Amino acid sequence: MFKSRSLAGIAQGALGRSHAIRKYASAAPTAAFAGKKGSNGKYTVTLIPGDGIGPEISQSIKDIYVAAEVPIQWEEVSVTPVLKAGKTVIPDNAIQSVKRNTVALKGPLATPIGKGHVSLNLTLRRTFNLFANVRPCVSIQGFKTPYDNVNTVLIRENTEGEYSGIEHEALDGVVQSIKLITWDASERVARYAFHYAQSSGRKRVTAVHKANIMKMSDGMFLSACREVSKEFPDVKYDEDLLDRVCLQVVTNPKPYSDRVMVMPNLYGDILSDMCAGLIGGLGLTPSGNIGRDASIFEAVHGSAPDIAGKGLANPTALLLSSLMMLRHMNLYEHADKIEKAALGTIAEGLTITGDLGGNASTQEYTAAIIKRLAQA
Amino acid sequence: MLRNAFSAASRPLVSQTRSYATNISEGFSSVAQRPSTKYGGVYKVTLIPGDGIGAEITDSVKEIFDHVNAPIEWEQYDVSGMSSSGEALFKQAMDSLKRNRVGLKGILFTPISQSGHISWNVAMRQQLDIYASVVLCKSLPGFPTRHSNVDFAIIRENTEGEYSGLEHQSYPGVVENLKVSTRAKAERISRFAFDFALKNGRKKVTCVHKANIMKLGDGLFLNTFRRVAEEYKSSGIEFNDMIVDNTAMQLVARPGQFDVMVMPNLYGAIVSNIGAALVGGPGIVPGCNVGREYALFEPGCRHVASDIMGTNRANPAAMILSATMMLRHLGLDPIANNIATATFDVINSGKVRTADMGGSATTSEFTSAVINKLA
Repeated sequence: MFKSRSLAGIAQGALGRSHAIRKYASAAPTAAFAGKKGSNGKYTVTLIPGDGIGPEISQSIKDIYVAAEVPIQWEEVSVTPVLKAGKTVIPDNAIQSVKRNTVALKGPLATPIGKGHVSLNLTLRRTFNLFANVRPCVSIQGFKTPYDNVNTVLIRENTEGEYSGIEHEALDGVVQSIKLITWDASERVARYAFHYAQSSGRKRVTAVHKANIMKMSDGMFLSACREVSKEFPDVKYDEDLLDRVCLQVVTNPKPYSDRVMVMPNLYGDILSDMCAGLIGGLGLTPSGNIGRDASIFEAVHGSAPDIAGKGLANPTALLLSSLMMLRHMNLYEHADKIEKAALGTIAEGLTITGDLGGNASTQEYTAAIIKRLAQA
Repeated sequence: MLRNAFSAASRPLVSQTRSYATNISEGFSSVAQRPSTKYGGVYKVTLIPGDGIGAEITDSVKEIFDHVNAPIEWEQYDVSGMSSSGEALFKQAMDSLKRNRVGLKGILFTPISQSGHISWNVAMRQQLDIYASVVLCKSLPGFPTRHSNVDFAIIRENTEGEYSGLEHQSYPGVVENLKVSTRAKAERISRFAFDFALKNGRKKVTCVHKANIMKLGDGLFLNTFRRVAEEYKSSGIEFNDMIVDNTAMQLVARPGQFDVMVMPNLYGAIVSNIGAALVGGPGIVPGCNVGREYALFEPGCRHVASDIMGTNRANPAAMILSATMMLRHLGLDPIANNIATATFDVINSGKVRTADMGGSATTSEFTSAVINKLA
């Protein structure tokens, strides 16, 4: 009885929503960039340099953008929490700036431990409804790892799932953590995944799940993906078990270069870092958080306080994230040009930073990229 | 008690045969306390070949066991998860397992659809309370992969967490899935991990978790682990903990840093698949599930592999090695060592390899090669 009833419920939910899908389908895909150029012919973008090495690597991006004549002017803000009505919050001007510009680039933030600080990343995610985390991982020529030919794109649902934060201790020593999956959030991230696949020339979307075990929650995530896939007949859609994807990607990542993977929060968190491990770690992987009200592109590595201010940091992750941002803003030509110069510099291997096995400073590496830009 | 006597006798073998990937069964004696069913010197063992390639790879085990006259009498149940109609047979198989207390099994298929039955693999682990899954990932001599010197054991909590099966739709379009974490289960799996490390001469235990986000659930797991670790301090075993996303990244970049890893259920699924990929795939990674009463041996990386089913192309090594773990569990170490040595010799010599290892041999050819190498 119970089973059939809950099933009917889900089917109804799905049906009820499918009308809504059709209604939205004619509108622009979720979170497409709609910014306008200012009177000086430039887009304004919020820059959050961040902590530790953040300011140095942000400077590097700014220098490269000037050299590449990217039509962007930066609005620099700090998100260091301030005390407001007894609570620590992100300064209003930072929030306003991101809201106004709808695009931001963010360096690493140091997480203050304890002290009752709100998680800044979580606050940003909630404030701007950042529902999808996009994590591409591409092998960097010139930095050898055991894996070649990695070219994966993973899109992670970013607002719910295992990270809903709903937990309670039913009795001493027994904890229930709730994984929350909603049709709306699943559909939203699925739609963005298909949109991303279309605009990046990938022909397939693979939903990664564990619906054999979590039949209702992951099952609904899959139903949402299937529903959305009908709107994108030119993009193939398939589903794969989390276990199999882990096994296959680590065995041979190459077949995954033709597709976009989309999945609930926790799986995405783990698999995106796993893919980053394949190409050499978080110092080389960009990340973008796509939201309804704004999109924030960021370097996901730490703030490296040990080398902060020494001019040794590698700005590549932030630079690659900024290129994702340019593509999000439809500035493809600038992105391609800078990407070629940056990857060329790394492949050449003469002027690379310490973490990649070279001995160049942040400035020397930046200068080498700018030199290549001029040659192009 | 009887079982302890066996373990005492078999323990000295640990040091001599430490290099075999299956040499992890010694650690189980303290937990599986009831003796297995033995009549006239023959052990009765429940055999569930499972779906996909299960029948082929268990045939291979049966053939090898026949050849060495292993004192095992199979009680075979061809349960299939492909349709829900197999439930009656599944129950019989469970009864058999409860009688015999030792089993060898392949993987049962679980449908994805919501109308399908729940995972019988999970049901078995929960009903028999075989709470510890042990998977050993070790680089094989003679079979180089992208990474060398991989040698770690995955100890995975098998009965709760995300696999609780408690889900409900609180409102159309809103589903809640309960992950249950208990101190008691966190404690026994942590203890199991440290005991395992001690008995197998390992140096470090790493707790894998996501306590920065799931502060209560995984927090309970981590804190319990730390408390148990304190009790093992005098034994000199190191311990640390690592967040699961970082673990996944470290595994593919520097797998050599891991020794024994202990974790909640879902992370175990992810880590064991990454681990299998590091050493050469699910075809060579053995595993088992053990509790206080029962022990069930199955390939460590739980794939049905229906795509190559019935083609005689599956690699039976994982099942053969799991079966040798079972033999050691029963105290039949000489036979276990004979079979394990022969299997590793075949792999090491590189002449007879199945497709997953880059060769063209069939399942039966691999089996014959192992039989030829038997002492």
